[in-house]
Amino acid sequence: MMDFWKHNRSWLWPTLFICPAVILFGVVIVWSSLQSLWISLHQWDGLGPKVWVGLSNYRELFQDPQFFVALKNNVIWLVLFMLAPPLGLAIALLVNQKIQGMRIAKSLFFTPLVLASVAVGVVFTWVYTPRFGLLALVYSAFGAEAPALLSNPDLVTFAVVGAALWPQIAFCMILYLAGLNNLSEELIGAGRVDGARGWDMLRHVVLPQLKEVTFIAIAITAIGALRSFDMISVMTQGGPFGSSSVLAYEMYEQSIFSYRFGYGAAIAAVLFVIMLVFIGWYLSRIMRAEELR
Amino acid sequence: MYPRPIPETARRSRFLYGALVWFILLLWLAPLFAIFLTSARTAEDIAAGNLWGRPSEIGLVDNYIGVFQLTPMASYYWNSILMTIPSVILVLILSTFAGYVLSKFRFPGNMVLFGIFIGGNFLPAQIMMIPVRNLMVNLGIYDTVLALVIFHVAFQTGFATLFMRNFIAALPRELFEAARAEGASPLQIFVHVVLPLVRPALAALAILIFTFIWNDYFWAVVLTVSDSVKPVTAGLASLRGQYYSAWNLLSAATVVVAIPPVVLFFFMQRHFVSGLTMGAVKG
Repeated sequence: MMDFWKHNRSWLWPTLFICPAVILFGVVIVWSSLQSLWISLHQWDGLGPKVWVGLSNYRELFQDPQFFVALKNNVIWLVLFMLAPPLGLAIALLVNQKIQGMRIAKSLFFTPLVLASVAVGVVFTWVYTPRFGLLALVYSAFGAEAPALLSNPDLVTFAVVGAALWPQIAFCMILYLAGLNNLSEELIGAGRVDGARGWDMLRHVVLPQLKEVTFIAIAITAIGALRSFDMISVMTQGGPFGSSSVLAYEMYEQSIFSYRFGYGAAIAAVLFVIMLVFIGWYLSRIMRAEELR
Repeated sequence: MYPRPIPETARRSRFLYGALVWFILLLWLAPLFAIFLTSARTAEDIAAGNLWGRPSEIGLVDNYIGVFQLTPMASYYWNSILMTIPSVILVLILSTFAGYVLSKFRFPGNMVLFGIFIGGNFLPAQIMMIPVRNLMVNLGIYDTVLALVIFHVAFQTGFATLFMRNFIAALPRELFEAARAEGASPLQIFVHVVLPLVRPALAALAILIFTFIWNDYFWAVVLTVSDSVKPVTAGLASLRGQYYSAWNLLSAATVVVAIPPVVLFFFMQRHFVSGLTMGAVKG
């Protein structure tokens, strides 16, 4: 026995080391995700037996107007979230100066990122509160009355996205600040010699060097937009009348409140397929960079 | 450097620039100031609609005491601590082992495993919600802190493994070769070479994982229902339903929930930022 261990320890140890992580991640995360796809082909209330229904959950989904409302909102989230990388870059450029107090200013700009999204949701619910909130205060300073953002079906999604952008911009700012620290002084110097300044310098010298950071910022922001759940749950619960729901919230509601686990799993599967585009894009770039190393 | 640094000698421009930055910062954090100011209002002022005028009395202390006396916040807090600390420790252990293997051993499927750890980390929570909830029900631990710990350890191990793998891969190769030449076993190398060198990475990872788990809301509402088990995020959400218009209490509760990650962040800022940019895979 000891002999066997001695001869094979070069591979036995590593196997032993990696097993807990692989088994736990494999069972809880990977296997669960695959199981959902299977569940989506059944009718199931979460307790009784699963009844095989084939693709009928998906057929129902594509006839459900609420599904398209949620899908449309997902698109709105995705498009508006793309404001986060440029705004994050703008703040990063703003604070990238060595002036006294700038370090504290930087960390204060980061703060929204470490707040729980529930906290951000409550904070912005308060900001948007009609007549009493911060927004109402700003409007009344101009003698106007603020719209009741969270109870207006046409505006509610924009209001929630506005709140969610707050931490997302801070995240992009951190990425860009790190990127700005790694700029090549030589290229910048050469640009200056050639007379490039301001916008030209940014476009032709700085941005090309930030390509990698920009890719990461865009990919993660897109995935974050599609994963949005917390803010909606806290600020609107998908309302009014389902007008601010997204696929992630729709899935939760159908499963937890209506006990339609098969239907919920089908919604999750659709969301998963949409996200797979972005995850695949991100993963292929990361892995290619890894193999070149 | 870009933008071009404002020269040391341009005193006036430096001052004006600083003032501009702080002004923008003031606007940026205005929602936080608003919530903080509201947490100092008395219930009477709130009820009378006096939100922004001169407060009749300062209710700051009363509100924060009220959060712990009138609501189950103390229990939410304890649950969050009970959930977060053991999870962080377990994640660090599992991911250091796994990261070591993925970075220093060549075996078929190495890159595939690595890809699964990264990709799994980006999955929408909803795709695993039903089976995970079911698993916890079957294990008899649904609606317990343990269920949250198991899930968070499993999920965060994905991100943490990727993080540790990249960190260990960047350690000088000579150290490992020298140890192997002396006949050290993988366990000995792990204890004497890897562990002493990964300490800074562990610090950065610990604070990141702490923040992710403390701030999680989705799994808190999916895996717990009772007030006695809920962590702070789910607790705050249910307080919002109960104390719908008591904004003085709600604001104080929000501040209380936000404090641990914010304090940790300000104390370990360098670690947090380097961790986030090193890992750069997490939204």
